[in-house]
Amino acid sequence: MPAEARASDDLHLVKSPIVGTFYGSPSPGAEPFVEVGAYVDTGQTLCIVEAMKLMNEIESDVSGEVLRVFVDNGQPVEYGQPLFGIRPSRKK
Amino acid sequence: MFKKILVANRGEIALRVICACKELGIGTVAVYSEADRNSLHVRFADEAVCIGPARSSESYLNIPQVISAAEITNVDAIHPGYGFLSENANFAKVCEASEITFIGPRPEVIEIMGEKDRARREVKTAGLPTIPGSDGAIEGEEQLAQEAAKIGYPLILKAVAGGGGRGMRVVRKQEELLAAYETARSEAQTAFGTPDVYAERFLERPRHIEFQVLGDQHGKVIHLGERECSIQRRHQKLIEESPSPGIDAKRRKELGAKVIKALEKIGYTNAGTVEFLMDESGELYFIEMNTRIQVEHPVTELISGVDLIKAQIRIAAGEKMDNAVGEIMFSGHAIECRINAEDPVTFVPSAGRITTFQAPGGTGVRVDSAAYADAVIPPYYDSMIAKLIVKGRDRTEAIGRMKRALEMFVIEGIKTSIPLHRRILADPDFVAGKIDTHFIERFLAGNGK
Repeated sequence: MPAEARASDDLHLVKSPIVGTFYGSPSPGAEPFVEVGAYVDTGQTLCIVEAMKLMNEIESDVSGEVLRVFVDNGQPVEYGQPLFGIRPSRKK
Repeated sequence: MFKKILVANRGEIALRVICACKELGIGTVAVYSEADRNSLHVRFADEAVCIGPARSSESYLNIPQVISAAEITNVDAIHPGYGFLSENANFAKVCEASEITFIGPRPEVIEIMGEKDRARREVKTAGLPTIPGSDGAIEGEEQLAQEAAKIGYPLILKAVAGGGGRGMRVVRKQEELLAAYETARSEAQTAFGTPDVYAERFLERPRHIEFQVLGDQHGKVIHLGERECSIQRRHQKLIEESPSPGIDAKRRKELGAKVIKALEKIGYTNAGTVEFLMDESGELYFIEMNTRIQVEHPVTELISGVDLIKAQIRIAAGEKMDNAVGEIMFSGHAIECRINAEDPVTFVPSAGRITTFQAPGGTGVRVDSAAYADAVIPPYYDSMIAKLIVKGRDRTEAIGRMKRALEMFVIEGIKTSIPLHRRILADPDFVAGKIDTHFIERFLAGNGK
């Protein structure tokens, strides 16, 4: 786990639920699903993890601002590996 | 030869496979659950991939996760070890479809041997002796009398749909036959919703004898002698040895030849174990075949000089038998004690942190283990934490060596079965080789507690 990938009150980690290959965009050359600074809603697709030729869309489990992307396009990821760091929106 | 192998297992067998790969110059990938992050198989593999949470159904048994780990690490082959996915025909098929070599037999053969009835029919056709029985449900009194006359006494009636002792009746005399049949049928009806029962010869005090086999991909099958595994509790083996004190050279040669012939006919490849029960007169009957490496494979390695894991890898890579096994030189006697993390009297599992782990060494002693001081034994998996294996020039020397090795094996922080093994090794019947699958029941009822 990268040293900076530590969860805190201000940083929620979205972790890979499966082993596979990380893709930040829906197809090669396309715009990424999200970039640092973007605001995302719960349920919004953040990336794809390809496993056994299947493209699995990974959704955000919080709403908030994307502060960090921990992995590079095409990088293999393991179970539980942090993918994104998101600052959750404050509940009203 | 393969460049990189993924080991789809944990604990001592994962480490054992990694050792073989290192010695062959093959790269290794470990997979692990979140509970096994600090395990030795993770530490000593060249690469490691976390494949899921502690629960094995979501990690070590999760086929998509294991295959994905193999794909992202670009391995040529997967070694399944024992347990987990090792006898899963579907997993072997998925490996094949993913163009990864499964180190084991072909999926069709795993499937046949996985269905116990079908396996029995196949090997019977191929020439192996099976327990004389009625081959299916007995319809009525007339057939009952015919089958009983054919099988002889004592015989046992068992529910076709059954298991766990319900609907079972041992019949010792013809006079008891009809009443036992009626009782077994009504018990079967109550327990399983169908009254069908079948009959087979009842073995009073059987010994568990199994043959280690290897088949290459060029049609050659060999056996490496038998192992005696009669010391078992609730079908869990505790002590295994080779050769068996109950088998002589003549019987070994005769049955061994039959085993080879049968498996050549079936087209068996890679390592496997053919299990038999032996009655008091020395007759052996096939019960099942395990299509994988066994926990107790080291006893065969020690008396034959063959590295079975390397043989599996070489065979899977297409090598011929002679090259896969090297020179076979039988000598001496080997015994294995399975050291479990459990209370030696109550058998309650004992998970927790190991504070001291001092393994014995010296001439003729081998310890296969993934445990170490400060390791945490998780409660999620099998309780076996080490295998202590010794070789002596004969059975007497092997027993003496095992006794001193058990004495010098120090594990603290958790309870282990070491004290139980020390008592078994001192038992006069064990020392005399007078053992059968009911040994432990008698032992625990007597001085064992």
